Amino acid sequence: MTLTLKEQPKVPLEAETLSPDVLAPLAPDAIRALPVHLGKRRLRVDDFFEVEGAAGDELEIRGDAARVKWIGRGMTRGRIRILGNAGMHLGAYMKGGSIEVTGNTSDWLGGEMSGGLIRVHGNAGGQVGAAYRGSVSGMTGGTILIEGSAGLEVGSRMRRGLIAMGGQVRDFAGLLMKGGTIVLRGGAELRTGAWMSRGTIVSLAPIPLLPTFSYSCTYTPTFLRLYARHFRTLGFTIPCDEQEGGYRRYTGDASIPGKGEILVWKPRAS
Amino acid sequence: MLRITGGKVYDPANNIDGVVKDVCIAEGRVVPEVKGGRSVDASGMVVLPGGVDIHSHIAGAALNFARGLTPENYRRALTFSHTPERRAGLGGITPTTFATGYLYAAMGWTTVNEAAVPILSARHTHEEMHDIPILDKASLVLMANNEIVLDLLEAGEVERARHVVAWLLWAAKAYGVKGVNPGGVVAWKSGKNANTLSDPVEGYTRVTPAGIISSLAGIVDDLRLPHPLHLHCNNLGVPGNVATTIETLKILEGRRCHMAHLQFHAYGGDGWGTIRSEAATLAEHFNARTNLTADAGAILFGDAMTITADGPWEHVLYKLTGRKWGNVDVENETGCGIVPYTYKERSLVNAVQWAAGLELLLLISDPWRIFLTTDHPNGACFWRYPELIDLLMHADRRRECLSRLAPAALKRIVLPDLDRQYTLSEIAIITSAGPARALGLARKGHLGVGADADVVLYDEMPGDRPLFGSPRYVIKGGEIAVEDGEIRPVSQGREFIVRPRFDEGIEDFLRPLFQKVYTISFNNYAVEMERLAGAEVHVCE
Repeated sequence: MTLTLKEQPKVPLEAETLSPDVLAPLAPDAIRALPVHLGKRRLRVDDFFEVEGAAGDELEIRGDAARVKWIGRGMTRGRIRILGNAGMHLGAYMKGGSIEVTGNTSDWLGGEMSGGLIRVHGNAGGQVGAAYRGSVSGMTGGTILIEGSAGLEVGSRMRRGLIAMGGQVRDFAGLLMKGGTIVLRGGAELRTGAWMSRGTIVSLAPIPLLPTFSYSCTYTPTFLRLYARHFRTLGFTIPCDEQEGGYRRYTGDASIPGKGEILVWKPRAS
Repeated sequence: MLRITGGKVYDPANNIDGVVKDVCIAEGRVVPEVKGGRSVDASGMVVLPGGVDIHSHIAGAALNFARGLTPENYRRALTFSHTPERRAGLGGITPTTFATGYLYAAMGWTTVNEAAVPILSARHTHEEMHDIPILDKASLVLMANNEIVLDLLEAGEVERARHVVAWLLWAAKAYGVKGVNPGGVVAWKSGKNANTLSDPVEGYTRVTPAGIISSLAGIVDDLRLPHPLHLHCNNLGVPGNVATTIETLKILEGRRCHMAHLQFHAYGGDGWGTIRSEAATLAEHFNARTNLTADAGAILFGDAMTITADGPWEHVLYKLTGRKWGNVDVENETGCGIVPYTYKERSLVNAVQWAAGLELLLLISDPWRIFLTTDHPNGACFWRYPELIDLLMHADRRRECLSRLAPAALKRIVLPDLDRQYTLSEIAIITSAGPARALGLARKGHLGVGADADVVLYDEMPGDRPLFGSPRYVIKGGEIAVEDGEIRPVSQGREFIVRPRFDEGIEDFLRPLFQKVYTISFNNYAVEMERLAGAEVHVCE
């Protein structure tokens, strides 16, 4: 099934119905009549989207959906492809299935997700895979791959799962992190891993570290070789050849005190 | 005018136990007879007086702090969307104001006592209570750590302290006096607590927790307040605290007192590893002292929110759980702490707590002296009362729950040996008639002529649903507030307040003190009568 956005709404459109779990069992006319909220007004899906094809586990969304929020909320199966941009909370609370976005996404991508795969070819906003305000844990499983950059608090309070960034992230990546892995190919701005108690942050570029992280050793962890193999299937590479260099391991955040680690890639001096 | 016909009436205050009779209502009161008006066919239903909650936390600065501290609770809470008859709100562990009224009413409760109000936030509390629809409300103000009162006790000026207490009560437009961890919250401001009753409180030489308890209970009696001192004892929640609680019972010899959330004060052992329920011992002492009433403060497994003026205890709980912690310093009046908490079946301590609450309810023999509460939201949310009633009425349901506890817990409780099952009439006492009597609310908790027409109708045979889960009708002040689970628009509830006697000259003593120690000016301190919607003043003679 293909949904084509007629025009970008002036204010954000709340469209948590756009998920394979909701759409798959419905006839096209029922899908056209599903409710979406524009501000406090309750409208229909076909007020905003051209609906074509039969419903199934495959959903394609076309057009600049940068102001369409909550696509794929809590989805458990199927595949959403977004040709263009997507709005805030894409794939939030997601449990399974996959989402692919060719353009950019916004804040809270995969917020508190517990399973599934999200892949973004462009950039993301802040709070990728993060805990919503007040919650104890952010993402607890699944994978988020972003080829571009992302904003603040990437993976905040994350407990499990994997976030891999192609570009740079801003401040507070892995804030209050207590498990899981964040891979930063493009490095990060300030205070990476602040208040982390467990979990792993891997940076392939040099990053400024908090004074509460202390150097322990330089090595190439075995688990990274496994990760590298997994990443290759997703078209993502991380170095793990000892001939090329090693990872400087920093442990922290000592202000908690935490047992998390930040691994910073250091190529062998040629 | 309204006539409820054919229902089986349970009105223990008037010795009516399951008699089929009509209840007639006119102008918000129960009357002997009505001619005309609407008639409600209650055949197949039981008719009870509306529930009265003697100890709950439904409004005020502390609750609001808790609401702000836990936005995550609202994301999975019951939502009340706006309709022409109803305001919007959210349920959950700490429901919003409007939702609080709807949830209580939808369960059949019509009167609620907010049990802990610092005088400094009394104005805020009244504003919130104004926004709690349907229910009638009362509030108790915190006194046992008020430094002006304690300084007077230190100086031996009990007479003046009585005038101050009376003035403060009227300033707060409150209904009664609450004591929380007497002396302990004052000490907490120096990082200490008051773990023993006979040692001087930190910062004082003569004032002891025992002295505060007996002085305040005496003052409340001398002022002839309708509700006695409402006391949260020292050492709440601590293993082995039953010794403190029994000592407190002895201090209260010859005085009236209501012991709040007794479950939290009924533990033996000397640490978290050895904690056991001492409900049986406590019940034995309590049964022998007819000057006292108590509410259970039972816990149910699941999420809760601990909110109390007992700041030092909340710090202990924060250290134990590692969860969020809020601490509020209320100038020289009291303190406040907030920690979200989850009671787990597999936890030994929580299992003992769960059993202790039920044991107290089952072992305290006089239902007119022990009332059903969960110290909402501390032990469980008030909207879970039907689960608790179910456990009290059915020993087999209790056994089912016992089978899920950690085996080690069974050696530390006596609940498996208790076969008592509450009758419907006894439930009507512990949920309505008893608390109304203990609060001194003569027109609540019964269906005699002249009573407020707060009536609840439940299906007698609700099938597999709990009996008290969803009343067919809730009538509040003669108006139908809930009909087949739907909230109907009715008048706002009113607030009960007391006007005790005091020497007006006491203001000359207080005014300069305020200039010295308070951040608020004396003239802005007292809550104006206009702030209250529909206050009913009880003049204490």
